[in-house]
Amino acid sequence: MEILGMGFVAFFMLLGSFLGRLLGQFIGTGGDVGGVGLAMLFMVLTVNYLENRGFNFKTRTENGIRFLSALYIPIIVAMAARLNVVGAIRGGTVAILAGGVTTIGAMFLVPLLSKLNK
Amino acid sequence: MFANAVNLFAGADHLIISIALVALIMFVTKKISIMMGEERIASALAIIIGLVLSYIGGRVTGGSSGLADISIFGGAGIALLGGSMLRDYTIISTAYGVKLKNLKKAGPVGVISLLVGVTFSFVVGSIIAVILGYTDPAVVTTIGAGAVTFIVGPVTGTALGVSSEVIAISVAAGLVKSILTMIITPFIAGIVGLDNPTSAMVYGGLIGTTSGVAGGLAATDPELVPYGAMTATFYTGLGTLVVPSIGFIIVRALLT
Repeated sequence: MEILGMGFVAFFMLLGSFLGRLLGQFIGTGGDVGGVGLAMLFMVLTVNYLENRGFNFKTRTENGIRFLSALYIPIIVAMAARLNVVGAIRGGTVAILAGGVTTIGAMFLVPLLSKLNK
Repeated sequence: MFANAVNLFAGADHLIISIALVALIMFVTKKISIMMGEERIASALAIIIGLVLSYIGGRVTGGSSGLADISIFGGAGIALLGGSMLRDYTIISTAYGVKLKNLKKAGPVGVISLLVGVTFSFVVGSIIAVILGYTDPAVVTTIGAGAVTFIVGPVTGTALGVSSEVIAISVAAGLVKSILTMIITPFIAGIVGLDNPTSAMVYGGLIGTTSGVAGGLAATDPELVPYGAMTATFYTGLGTLVVPSIGFIIVRALLT
C-alpha cells in the first residue's frame, strides 16, 4: 500500500521534528533545529539496515515514498511563490555575492582535495 | 449570476488551484528548458518563476507573503503547499534513495569534501552577510545556510524564526550557486582537473547543490555525473543537520 510509504516518511519526520525541537529548547532558539537532517539521517540508517538484512520494501510502499520525492521540486516552487521577494530584492547583492563567491571558491578547492586521494 | 459563480469558485478549492498552478509552471519551464537544449535547468527556472510570481503578488497586494496574499491562492493554497510542513516532508523522503555504500565507495576523500564543502560555503556566505551589514545571528546564519543550498537556507531560517524576506534572500543565494555551477563548470573543469571519478566526487561534495552538480558535470562529461551526484546527495542532509545547530551556535558566539 502506498500509504505505508508515506507513513514511513511521516514517522521519521515526526521523530526528527521532536528531536529538533528538543535541540531547539536546548540551544535556546525554540523552533525545530536540525530536525530535517536528523530525520534524513535516521531514515538512511534504517533503510540501509533493513536492506542489509535482506528486507525489501514492496513496490507499492516504495511508490508512496517515490511520489513524495517527486513532489519535492514542485513544492519548492510553491515555497518560492510565497516568500517576501519584494523585500528580498533590497538584499539582492548579498544573495549574488554569497552564492557566487562560495561557488567559485569551492571549485578551486577541488584540486586540493583531489590530491588527498593520491 | 455569472459573477457570483466566479466568486464562489475562486473562494473554494484553494489547494487544488495551487497544485494546478505549480503543475502549469513545471510544464512551461520544462518546455522552455527543452527548447533551450538544457533540460536540467528546468527546476531552477521553475523556482525563478515562483520567485517572480511572488514578487508580482507582493507588488499587487503590498503584503509580505507573495502569491499567498492573493485571496485565491491564500488560505490553504500556496501557503499550505509551499509551507514548511510539506517542504520538510518531501525533502526527508528524498533520503530514501541514499545508499550508505555509496559513501563508503566515495571513501574518506568523499566524506572530507562533504564536511569541507558545507563548512566552506556556510562560513563564506556568513562572512559576506556580515560584511554587507547584517548583524543578527539568526539572519547571518540563514544567509550563510542559503549559500550551502536553497534548501538548507529556508529550513534553517524556519528553525531560527527569521522573516520571510531573509528566507527569500537565502533561496536566491542558493539559486545563484546552482545556476552558476551549471554554467561555469564546463569552463573551469580543465583548470581544476575535473576529469576523473575522484575529482568528480570531491566536486559533488564541495559544491553540493544536486541540480547544479548534475547539470554542470553533464555539460563537462556525462560519465562523471553519477560520481558527483553520489556525494552531492549527502550534502543537503548534512547541511540541514549541522547549519541550524552547530553553525548557529558558532555564529551567535562570534556575533554577540
